[in-house]
Amino acid sequence: MKFSIERGALLKAVAQAQSVVERRNTIPILANVLIEAEGSDVHFRATDLDIEVVDKAPAQVERAGATTVSAVTLHEIVRKLPDGALVTLTDDGAAGRLSVEAGRSHFNLATLPKEDFPVMASSEYSSNFSAPAAVLRRLFDKSKFAISTEETRYYLNGVYMHVSEADGGKVLRCVATDGHRLARIDADLPEGASDMPGVIVPRKTVGELRKLLDDDDTQIAVSVSETKVRFATPDITLTSKVIDGTFPDYTRVIPTGNTRRLEVDAAEFAQAVDRVATVSSERSRAVKLSLDEDKLTLSVNAPDSGAAEEELAVAYGDERLDIGFNAKYLLEIASQVDRENAVFLFNSSGDPTLMREGNDTSAVYVVMPMRV
Amino acid sequence: MPALCRTCLETFDDGRRCPACGSPRVTAHPELFSLSIAHMDCDAFYASVEKRDNPDLADKPVIIGGGKRGVVSTACYIARIRGVKSAMPMFQALKLCPDAVVIRPRMKVYAEVSKQIRALMDELTPDVEPLSLDEAFMDLSGTRRLHGHPPAVMLARLVKRMKDDLGLTGSIGLSHNKFLAKIASDLDKPRGFSVIGQAETAAFLQDKPVRLIWGVGQATQAQLEKAGIHRFSDLLRWEREDLHARFGAMGDRLYHLARGEDHRRVSANAPVKSISNETTFFEDTADPDLLDGHIWRLAENVSDRAKARGMAGRVVTLKLKRANHALLTRRVTLHDATQMADTIYRTARALYDAAGDQGPYRLIGVGISHLVAEAQADRSTDLLDPQAAKRSGAERATDAIRAKFGEGAILKGRALR
Repeated sequence: MKFSIERGALLKAVAQAQSVVERRNTIPILANVLIEAEGSDVHFRATDLDIEVVDKAPAQVERAGATTVSAVTLHEIVRKLPDGALVTLTDDGAAGRLSVEAGRSHFNLATLPKEDFPVMASSEYSSNFSAPAAVLRRLFDKSKFAISTEETRYYLNGVYMHVSEADGGKVLRCVATDGHRLARIDADLPEGASDMPGVIVPRKTVGELRKLLDDDDTQIAVSVSETKVRFATPDITLTSKVIDGTFPDYTRVIPTGNTRRLEVDAAEFAQAVDRVATVSSERSRAVKLSLDEDKLTLSVNAPDSGAAEEELAVAYGDERLDIGFNAKYLLEIASQVDRENAVFLFNSSGDPTLMREGNDTSAVYVVMPMRV
Repeated sequence: MPALCRTCLETFDDGRRCPACGSPRVTAHPELFSLSIAHMDCDAFYASVEKRDNPDLADKPVIIGGGKRGVVSTACYIARIRGVKSAMPMFQALKLCPDAVVIRPRMKVYAEVSKQIRALMDELTPDVEPLSLDEAFMDLSGTRRLHGHPPAVMLARLVKRMKDDLGLTGSIGLSHNKFLAKIASDLDKPRGFSVIGQAETAAFLQDKPVRLIWGVGQATQAQLEKAGIHRFSDLLRWEREDLHARFGAMGDRLYHLARGEDHRRVSANAPVKSISNETTFFEDTADPDLLDGHIWRLAENVSDRAKARGMAGRVVTLKLKRANHALLTRRVTLHDATQMADTIYRTARALYDAAGDQGPYRLIGVGISHLVAEAQADRSTDLLDPQAAKRSGAERATDAIRAKFGEGAILKGRALR
């Protein structure tokens, strides 16, 4: 195998590969990236056995072939090469070495046989559709903060992507929750997606997927089966197993009868929460919200370290209410709001509270209060 | 040499018998009236309480412990003569002493008696550090003027009052630090009063085996022996750095203890680090239903104690000992610290389910650690478990009913499994 490739294209491809590779590996081949050169393209393939990413980059292929080499080392080398350099990779086959040459730099890297590299079995996808990167980006960006890290409830360690009924008909919906907060984000159902089985996309996959979604105009080809999900751009294909479990019935925990409505500028609110929470040194910082006619008082009372209070002008017309929340959760949901005011709907100080952006029900957040 | 009669508390200069009452129970030591760190250890505490409450048992061998699978928690001195020791498996103890009266521990009674002893100790000094129900460190430094007597006299009076008022005997170790005081209290049991002075410390320790050190169990002892350390004199040959390199933090401690140095303070409020409870089964079991019942009862016990202390734990631990004594420990950090039996139970149960082990087990234990004040606990409920708030309300109500009508007033069905 011998090919030459522009440093920028190589860096992009290898960066994606090395981020999938697990840092601590007991199986040596899993630390490697499989490089396959043929025709006018080179494919870079990396896996952790749950996720597989294949990156295609244009190159001048002199001699077709394939080998595997440490993803992290190759990435480090390419990263340190000067911008615009032309990099030549040569695999001499017999010696088990890959030579990397760029200008006056020359590297020799140990390789492992390509036959040992585990290629994810291809499978049948029951649903194939295409969605704009911007739509998927919104679905996952706004829900991923609520993904649980709790191992005993492994079925919460991802985003539940499924088709659901909403006011305006069927939607593509992403839900994540850790039992303390929940995010439910809807998007128009892409054509061809209505039969998609609901799948729980693991946290790591969500992180890797994000790298495919930066460009608004890209169309992402999505394929879903009961056990796997695939997201593809023309250059990158990300295949992942989904979490084998049943996502809990989240619909019954989204409050529908909350009537006490608070409307507040989300940025101002977040800044105030952040400020008052400073005095608390506890692991979960509790902020008390005291609601009165068009007035919101945020306060923190930490017996060991101090107290803080801040008042905000808001729109609120219901009875007085005192309710406490984990400051971190309030900050996280407030930061999801970017266009309009944040609207909170409360019931009592012990019941889940709902938050949305203005009257937009395509993104709702639920947060559990805490005793203060 | 200053001397003290433990019968009439008379102090005098030297002599084998008390010049005032003629008693032979005399303690004499050059530093007797200048030492102030003491360790008090009740003699066969649980057994003594049982004998006190049931005079028929007075001249019988009594063993406190649970069931035929359990271990001896305390043996009275009659049983000890026959070779019964604490922590010995019950079947072995009964082989040595077939006529022993085996009594299940009545922890509530012992705790009550322990409180009475504690009250007596509190009269001596505010610096009382209990190690368990039946032993405690006391620092009597600077109390001489207050009491009008040196610490030794006050300590002799303490054991005398324990005998007169509570019908229990104890042994005192008096020295210049905790490490030596604890060793001393064990030298002359029962009804002992031993003193280890500054001057004799080095000579005293020299030939003693290192297992005397509190915290040096079988495992550490084996490690030490591997390094050729059997006695304190062996330790003295080691440089501090070498001990540290080989044994870590323990090495530093060994270095000082070998020289009779222990700078730990007697601290009245030694913080509790964890609350746990475990049970050994009569027969090894792998029955999930049975284990579930145990998990619940253990969780409830841990919860009761946490509530009594106003504390809650952030980490829940499940401990399982397999039939072959292999230990399996699983723990999880909770989002919100808890003192609720329901949460502890559910968490421990999930750990059991996730352990992926078939058993059978001989022991199961449940505990909480990373303790915080209860005000910082159970502050939020699980969104996905809407019943949690109701169960928590029910538990608080149950607690209130029990406080009013007694422990057994209300039980969960699974407590009967």
